[in-house]
Amino acid sequence: MTVSVQITHKQGDFILDVDFDAPDGLTVLFGRSGSGKTSVINAIAGLLRPDAGRIAIGGHVLQDSATGLWLPPHKRRIGYVFQDARLFPHLSVRQNLTYGQRFSATKAPIDPVVEMLGLGDLLNRRPAALSGGEKQRVAIGRALLSGPELILADEPLAALDEARKDDILPYFERLRDEVGIPIVYVSHAAGEVARLATTVVVMDQGRVKQMGPAGEVLSDPSVIPVGVREAGAMIEARVGAHSDDGLSDLLIGDLVVTIPNCGRQIGDLVRLRIAAQDVMIATQAPQGISALNVLPATIKSIRMGDGPGAMVQMEVGGATLLSRITRRSVQTLGLTAGQKVFAVLKAVSVAR
Amino acid sequence: MTDWLSPAEWQAVSLSLRVAFWATVLSLPVGIFTAYALARWSFVGKQVLNGIVHLPLVLPPVVTGYLLLLTFGRRGPVGEFLEQTFGIIVAFRWTGAVLAAAIMAFPLMVRAIRLSIEAVDPKLEEAASTLGASRAWVFMTVTLPLILPGILAGSILAFAKAMGEFGATITFVSNIPGQTQTLPSAIYVFLQVPGGEASALRLVIIAVVIAMGALLLSEVVSKRIAARVSA
Repeated sequence: MTVSVQITHKQGDFILDVDFDAPDGLTVLFGRSGSGKTSVINAIAGLLRPDAGRIAIGGHVLQDSATGLWLPPHKRRIGYVFQDARLFPHLSVRQNLTYGQRFSATKAPIDPVVEMLGLGDLLNRRPAALSGGEKQRVAIGRALLSGPELILADEPLAALDEARKDDILPYFERLRDEVGIPIVYVSHAAGEVARLATTVVVMDQGRVKQMGPAGEVLSDPSVIPVGVREAGAMIEARVGAHSDDGLSDLLIGDLVVTIPNCGRQIGDLVRLRIAAQDVMIATQAPQGISALNVLPATIKSIRMGDGPGAMVQMEVGGATLLSRITRRSVQTLGLTAGQKVFAVLKAVSVAR
Repeated sequence: MTDWLSPAEWQAVSLSLRVAFWATVLSLPVGIFTAYALARWSFVGKQVLNGIVHLPLVLPPVVTGYLLLLTFGRRGPVGEFLEQTFGIIVAFRWTGAVLAAAIMAFPLMVRAIRLSIEAVDPKLEEAASTLGASRAWVFMTVTLPLILPGILAGSILAFAKAMGEFGATITFVSNIPGQTQTLPSAIYVFLQVPGGEASALRLVIIAVVIAMGALLLSEVVSKRIAARVSA
């Protein structure tokens, strides 16, 4: 089911003018803070009434300024996971979870959701007695149990520390892979995008700058939504083997990438995140180098930055990789599109 | 109780309790609505409404009583309408004492409830609406439970204030034993007659006990607001 959003809204000096489709899976609205991401999902939820536009989930139209249709939030069947959980403090976890059930036509049973999110031991507690991560899990469950056609998440991990983020991320992966409800997820963290996104919609100053499948958008050198430091490619790889010395071999096409043991089963598909600034380029296969991963690559494009930097896009084993080097290196090495080179990977991590 | 109090004294106490009870109960729905409007809505004339609600707190009670007499007296515009349309007369009746007490206690009630509504995060109400709850449901299942301590505190304060109301009551409905002679008016009358000090003292003790009890109770209840609304 495709969620289609076309809205324009003026708020003071800020003009929101977006048009995008979110297909099945998890669509990340990606951009700096202040780019209008939260306004977009508030408009989808009905918490913000845009000046004009049309919003529909499949054939279910939520707003259409051509006909004057505008559904209030409670008639939209949208599960919203807020950044700050927003659990009802006067209700137990169980009552929070079932709050939306009475308004839902489907009455999804609570048990599978409780099990999926590991909430069994928390059911009788009050929100005040929960940790940040637990609150967020309850909020996800509460949204799911309201019988939604679409789930919205507004930086649901932003208020959590790093360890808690790692606790919650897998639940969004399961939501994406197992539940089959489209998700629109707001984030400004490149790591989260690389790990979760099926589709990426890049937003900048109230407009959609680019959209497309996650791998494509993230490896596009012209799209640097949150700063060059965060730029990097997302590549899917299959776990090939684990070695005794604590390393794992992953396969990208027929190329092998070696990383510290990722803790996944052999045969599993994992998403790797390779930051552009962790990739070096050599014109000849380097000898006597400590880096484990030296991969043959073909330069697809070179984009010179405004400063001293340049972004080089390469094809590696059928996947796309980004490298951030200096303009001087581009000139010294005489790099051009189509050239065969070697990509030296300083660090590769499983996307998180 | 009746052995300890003379029938006249008991009459004043029970009338005061009845007046204060009805004044509190009847003004509660209006009080919640007004507090909600002042806390959450923006509308033209909000400051005027706020001023009118708080006026009885700062006006001399005699002035409030006289204004009530002008409006609700049998010759007053509202009083005449009530009498001709419904046959209701409030001037110089115990129902008039209820009206006077309710209006004098109203600002205290609205203030307490308004504070508790302002302590409720509107984001919680938004969350409830995304889960499918209509505005009425959101109010009943989220807002109301969270402001319950404030409603209790406001009601207790209003009750205590209504028990002690004197100036507006005596101006509006006079001081008729069994009809409009509330506890404060009875104390006042006993103090005017020779040998009435003992009666007055007994009523004073009752007034102090009720007022003190109400204040303590309201204090305890307010303490629970913070514990309950913050999470």
